[in-house]
Amino acid sequence: MTDIDKTDGPADTPPAGPEAIKAIPVRHYGRYVTAVVAVALLGAVVYAFSQGKINWGAIPDYFFDDRILNGVGKTLLLTVLSMAIGIVGGVLLAVMRLSKNPVTSSIAWFYIWFFRGTPVLVQLIVWFNLGLVFEFINLGPFYKNEWSDFMTPFLTALLGLGLNEAAYMAEICRAGLLAVDEGQTEASHALGMSHVKTLRRIVIPQAMRVIVPPTGNEVINMLKTTSLVSVVQYPELLRAAQDIGQTSGAPAEMLFLAAAWYLLLTSVFSVGQYYLERYYARGSSRSLPATPFQKIRANVLSLSNRSGSTGGAA
Amino acid sequence: MTAMVKAEGVHKSFGPLEVLKGIDLEVRSGEVFCLIGPSGSGKSTFLRCINHLEKINAGRLYVDGELVGYRQKGDKLYELKDSEVAVKRRDIGMVFQRFNLFPHMTAAENVVEAPVQVKGVSKAKARERATELLDRVGLADKARNYPSQLSGGQQQRVAIARALAMDPKLMLFDEPTSALDPELVGDVLDVMRDLAESGMTMVVVTHEMGFAREVGDSLVFMDGGVVVESGNPREVLTNPRHERTQAFLSKVL
Repeated sequence: MTDIDKTDGPADTPPAGPEAIKAIPVRHYGRYVTAVVAVALLGAVVYAFSQGKINWGAIPDYFFDDRILNGVGKTLLLTVLSMAIGIVGGVLLAVMRLSKNPVTSSIAWFYIWFFRGTPVLVQLIVWFNLGLVFEFINLGPFYKNEWSDFMTPFLTALLGLGLNEAAYMAEICRAGLLAVDEGQTEASHALGMSHVKTLRRIVIPQAMRVIVPPTGNEVINMLKTTSLVSVVQYPELLRAAQDIGQTSGAPAEMLFLAAAWYLLLTSVFSVGQYYLERYYARGSSRSLPATPFQKIRANVLSLSNRSGSTGGAA
Repeated sequence: MTAMVKAEGVHKSFGPLEVLKGIDLEVRSGEVFCLIGPSGSGKSTFLRCINHLEKINAGRLYVDGELVGYRQKGDKLYELKDSEVAVKRRDIGMVFQRFNLFPHMTAAENVVEAPVQVKGVSKAKARERATELLDRVGLADKARNYPSQLSGGQQQRVAIARALAMDPKLMLFDEPTSALDPELVGDVLDVMRDLAESGMTMVVVTHEMGFAREVGDSLVFMDGGVVVESGNPREVLTNPRHERTQAFLSKVL
């Protein structure tokens, strides 16, 4: 935040005092050198790939193919729903884990131990094969079916990813809840607020500041982990790309295509995460952090200022 | 006058450490009751026992004639449920040394929160009252500010307004000025003085001997988990009878 103040400074406040300092700024030659080296390396890599035996033309041909778009949609759907299960389950497990009740805290501990301790790929396959254990599903008068019909690839994927995610989210949420000062709970209790209200109105909103950044990380992780569910026959992005790769004779190209889509989607999520963090930062610092647009504007201003050599804080 | 707070042989231990070793005292309705003593003497702990933030291990503690934290049937004591404790806390306001304002809410939202969430007061009414209370503590213009944008003294006055919003019959102050810069102490004490004049029953743990002398109706000096000396603040502070009180006062006055 001090950065922002600095870059904002020269734009709106003229230097006070008897005479403004006019000094030649420190030259950072190392920065030019590293920039040149980095660009050169990047160019070399791009050149190597462009000369490889890869039919780059196939990628734009299929980039907006219906099967790919369908796969993107399914990947997104799976990401959002399994994260929703993960977040709700995670908050619940974290609260259970921190509860004074030894039964609920043990249950939460066991759940986290189990689901965090086994690979998600194995969990997915086990969910898929639970028909070996349960032949039928019977919810009395509401629902009755054969297990294999009930446990569709989508449901398998959703449960496998969501329940596994809940275990990780539980630890993230627990860290967040513990990070809130105990005085907050005391103040809330002293006002006569119940445990549940204290959690919902006072503790969780403050814990969000700690919870959101790693959760954004989890969302991005989840987006990519959905590619694992091709093992349970769910046609998400990677599987769609692989299928096209086999029929079109451009398997490697289609993997690059999938990678590009994943990169695009994670970039969009990162932007969303930025604004979510900004929202939960309210009240925690005196002014909100600048949006990227504001930062760019400030940087441009400070650059133009520097060339004017008034020797501001830039 | 009736007793607002009554302690009979109150004991409190944290593990092997006995912090309160039998406290007997009585706070009358409408009076300002000051608790002084060196740090570690148990005065803050005792204050926290009054609204059951700490559980006592022995003795009896009454607020407004009702047992704190328990229900007595015959000769048996039954622990109160959390929800029942919460109901009793509505009537007891507390102000903390470190303010403990809710940082994600503006000053006005801090004051509005409990009446709306706990008492079910309508938001419009609660807001109106919050404006009144913030005005009373001299912070009408800071209603939309977040705690991080306020000075310590301003935060503490918002905290007082927040406690008053629940219309408590008893206010507990836990060293309300100890975390403040010296020049900000006066504003908070002015608000407290004003509150005392309005007839509020107040229990104040403090190091502000001037405040105790001027505003206090009763004063208790605690040391080592017991009440060493009690009486009229002006008498105790000017002519302490007990050696330990004399030693303490010679250091702080």
